Amino acid sequence: MQLLDGEKEQILSVVDRVLNKSNKKREDLIPVLQQVQAELGYLPALAMEKIAAGTGVPAADIYGLATFYNQFRLNPPGDHQVKVCLGTACYMVGGDITLESFERRMEIREGETTPDRRYSLERVACVGCCTMAPVVVVDDQVEGKVTPTRVDGIMLELEAKNGQTGKEDQSAGGRDGRQEEGEQE
Amino acid sequence: MSEYVKIVIDGTEVKARRGEKLLWAALENDIYIPHLCAIREEARPNASCRLCFVEVEGTQDPVPSCTRTVEDGMVVKTRSPRVDRLVKTGFELLLSDHDLKCRQCPANRNCALQTIAKKRGLKLKQKRFKPVARNYEIDDSPEEFAFNRNRCVLCGQCVFADRRENETGVIGFAGRGINRVVTTFQDLPLAESICRKCKVCVDVCPVGALYYKKSPE
Repeated sequence: MQLLDGEKEQILSVVDRVLNKSNKKREDLIPVLQQVQAELGYLPALAMEKIAAGTGVPAADIYGLATFYNQFRLNPPGDHQVKVCLGTACYMVGGDITLESFERRMEIREGETTPDRRYSLERVACVGCCTMAPVVVVDDQVEGKVTPTRVDGIMLELEAKNGQTGKEDQSAGGRDGRQEEGEQE
Repeated sequence: MSEYVKIVIDGTEVKARRGEKLLWAALENDIYIPHLCAIREEARPNASCRLCFVEVEGTQDPVPSCTRTVEDGMVVKTRSPRVDRLVKTGFELLLSDHDLKCRQCPANRNCALQTIAKKRGLKLKQKRFKPVARNYEIDDSPEEFAFNRNRCVLCGQCVFADRRENETGVIGFAGRGINRVVTTFQDLPLAESICRKCKVCVDVCPVGALYYKKSPE
């Protein structure tokens, strides 16, 4: 995942700050990773490398930790976050097919984010409305009975939303417009 | 206190170094116990392959012999219906996602899985569990060796060797459950990682997962 302008500096300063507050030991790794993710939204490779260098734990082990626990994400959350339920009920009625449809439409795999950071795709286990299976959560909106056709519909709606904000983006010079938003946060 | 203790394994009295783990005591006395993940130098055994079970008199359930320290007068059985059942299940689970093309495998006839199957009369082609094809790409980026994760049994021998040889570990475990793999940081091909091509990992691989492209003369 390509870093945005200024993101590198942000990552380095966040990791520095979090590491300095910790004991820089192996047993502090999970809280360190949690705090870094809380600030950055995800765990960029650069952050993991810096944590490895700071704690003396091999980077391969940090990667192992980050891939073991579901709470850690290696890719930035997209502008639109799509979560496909693969709990028992959703799985039984073809949640995996729904997930595959999203993967095909977004041209990414589950757990990834599109290079333009518009969309991120995740799988979850049960959102608590199994009667509507297969369920998909788009941003905070719950969608029920999501067939591959409905996936196309959802993607069209999202693209339409992008189109509206996209106009402003273009006038402000594409991606730069979005970055200004990010800096204000 | 003497440096040695006397234990009885399968009716034979053997001498074992005090503090030694049962598995190594047995192996030193030419008593076979299947094992994949056991590493003698490791202070805390992984005990993850679930193959080295034995019965110890006075202990209710079978125990992994790699974790049990020898005690004077210990009476051990390496085979029992319960042990055999545990080992069979563990072995079958390992093989359920193993790429079983032995003839194309460089470790053919020199494979820990084949040895275990032969010694314990187990079949390599198990039928109890649904086979899972893992379809990982073969990493043949290093010049002299390659890594085929479809043959990996996740014993951790390569990771241990790597950590002993290199100050900064190159490979480690990543992922969870069926997706667990041995890999580099960021899942990079070995040639693009910080790997120094020391090949200690290739030398310890008990199966044909890490292998030399050309067999050494």
